[in-house]
Amino acid sequence: MMTKKRTALLLAKYDTPGQVLHAAEKVRKAGYTKYDVHSPFPIHGMDAAMGLPDSRVGWIVFFSGLTGVSGAYLMMWWMGGVDYPLVVGGKPGFTLPSSVPIMFELMVLLSAFGALFGMLHLNRLPRHHHPVFESETFRSATDDKFFVSIEAEDPKFDVAETKALLEGTHAVVVELVEEPVEEEHAQEHGADEGYHL
Amino acid sequence: MSANEKAPIKAIGEVYLTKEGMTFHEVSEVVCKVTENKAPRNWWIAFFIASSFTGVLGAAIGYLFWQGVGVWGNNAPVYWAWDITNFVWWIGIGHAGTLISAVLFIFRQKWRTGINRAAEAMTIFAVICALMFPGIHVGRVWFAYYMFPFPNQMALWPNFKSPLIWDLFAVSTYFTVSLLFWYSGLIPDLALLRDRAMGMLGRVGKIRRTVYGALALGWRGSNRHWQNYERMYLILAALSTPLVLSVHSVVSFDFATSVLPGWHTTIFPPYFVAGAIFSGFAMVMTLTVITRAVYGMKSVITIRHLELMNKIMLLTGSLVGYAYAMEFFIAAYSGNPYEKYVFMNRAFGPYKWAYWTMITCNVISPQLFWFKRLRTSIPVMFAVSIVINIGMWFERFVIIVTSLHRDFLPSSWGYYRPTLVDVAIYSGTLGFFFTCFLLFIRWVPMVAIAEVKGVLPEADPHAAEETHDAKLEDGAALAPGE
Repeated sequence: MMTKKRTALLLAKYDTPGQVLHAAEKVRKAGYTKYDVHSPFPIHGMDAAMGLPDSRVGWIVFFSGLTGVSGAYLMMWWMGGVDYPLVVGGKPGFTLPSSVPIMFELMVLLSAFGALFGMLHLNRLPRHHHPVFESETFRSATDDKFFVSIEAEDPKFDVAETKALLEGTHAVVVELVEEPVEEEHAQEHGADEGYHL
Repeated sequence: MSANEKAPIKAIGEVYLTKEGMTFHEVSEVVCKVTENKAPRNWWIAFFIASSFTGVLGAAIGYLFWQGVGVWGNNAPVYWAWDITNFVWWIGIGHAGTLISAVLFIFRQKWRTGINRAAEAMTIFAVICALMFPGIHVGRVWFAYYMFPFPNQMALWPNFKSPLIWDLFAVSTYFTVSLLFWYSGLIPDLALLRDRAMGMLGRVGKIRRTVYGALALGWRGSNRHWQNYERMYLILAALSTPLVLSVHSVVSFDFATSVLPGWHTTIFPPYFVAGAIFSGFAMVMTLTVITRAVYGMKSVITIRHLELMNKIMLLTGSLVGYAYAMEFFIAAYSGNPYEKYVFMNRAFGPYKWAYWTMITCNVISPQLFWFKRLRTSIPVMFAVSIVINIGMWFERFVIIVTSLHRDFLPSSWGYYRPTLVDVAIYSGTLGFFFTCFLLFIRWVPMVAIAEVKGVLPEADPHAAEETHDAKLEDGAALAPGE
């Protein structure tokens, strides 16, 4: 049985970080929005070249840290000051100074969870089925090659035109990547989006 | 690669962080090969020895649980002995990993990329070893959960005013954050291992694709991802920096908040932190010297990395030496006869052998690193790193046992001796630590590949343009289309 396929994205491969940086700038200036750059390490200046807004991870961390520090305060206040005050050395059940270390530790703990899981959430990871993985060339994206991908869902996407644009950016290879579609979905998607092959 | 490409780096006086002219692919190869090739015979020998000691650890702990803590040498007046010594020693060793991965990251010390992965792994295993000791010291371990704010059958909450509870929170937070930091750093490298496994045949290839693929979370090197990833990494580093200082400060509070002469001093938090970094770097050195020799990592972990670590050891070793001197000065200056007695007893009493071992190992031996020739000699640094680890163990032993063994009344004086079970458990944790470390170097990339690539000269997107300009200046003819 033949599985139906549809165009997912166009992938261009580059040899150096400099080439991919210029290519990304060109793609952005051409008005594409659903494109991405893939590199084995973060490239300096790429965020500006792609015109990305500032990362929002910091906000997630801020609110997780706030939850940690206030949660620790409330926990110790209720457990030690309200529910079962322990008299040790004649001291009050709850005091702020002796609570500082645990408030700090729980702030750090929740912030760290917020940082990792916030990053994963913003990046929509884990995701093991992205169409770029259909390309064999793409396997070098974690090793020593650099890629620009433009998704077929981009409103400006046109196989011939986009390919020509990418070919004019010193790309080593430009490749059309297709992803398999399940039979029943194939028709709906194909009909809706108009680039069903 | 042309000579011109290197010119700008040399012109501003920077030094290469890897072997000159290494390419991205070579970095991948050097590091990944270790996990893909068969383990060398020496690995199996080391693994056999280390896992045997892990077995000893299991047996000794089983015996301890069966019999109770009476099988240890701890008794009146020395109720804290090797268990807490080992706890503090292991935690301290862990701190260098965090220092290398977080503090040096914040200070933009790019050389950290060669050693941070292994150091972070070391942190995690060291903290596991450390956490065992308070866990098994509670006596009736099945009540260990009383330490947590968990509703137990006596409706009793932990005493949050106790530094021991602060310690529980500090160390468990430290472990969790170190693990998150380590794993998040691993994601891009696990993706590389996944992609390398794509072409592998047979069952091994399938297992590698599945395991590394699952752990890499579908990482595709997307720049939109890198942006959030880098921000997360910076935040984790910024959180770990005060965390690592807080952890060993809280560990020192276990002692400093008591009223015991020899423990009740305000110098303890910074003194413990300096000592922790000192011993941790020594352990990183021991492990790095071995692994870079065995696995041919000399192009990634260069002699420069090792020299810089030795400089840090010289600094922190001297800080520790200063703290030793200052403790004596404060004891004399305080005019408190008990305080004076404890310190005289430490240096000239029944445990003087331990005290002077500590001074020789921690204060005198790192002074060799003032000399460049010794600082860059592999045999010297290897020997000194082991000596420092021994010395730092003795430091904790001296602080704990000498302060306790002569109580205020001579009727409660004693002399602590360890038992065989003490020795078995301590050497068992060493075995456990090395077992974990050996498994780590076998299956996980031991150098942060993505980070090393990021600090290569070619990683600068303008590197090629500078070459371009340099060529023009040289008057070289440009190829058509360039």
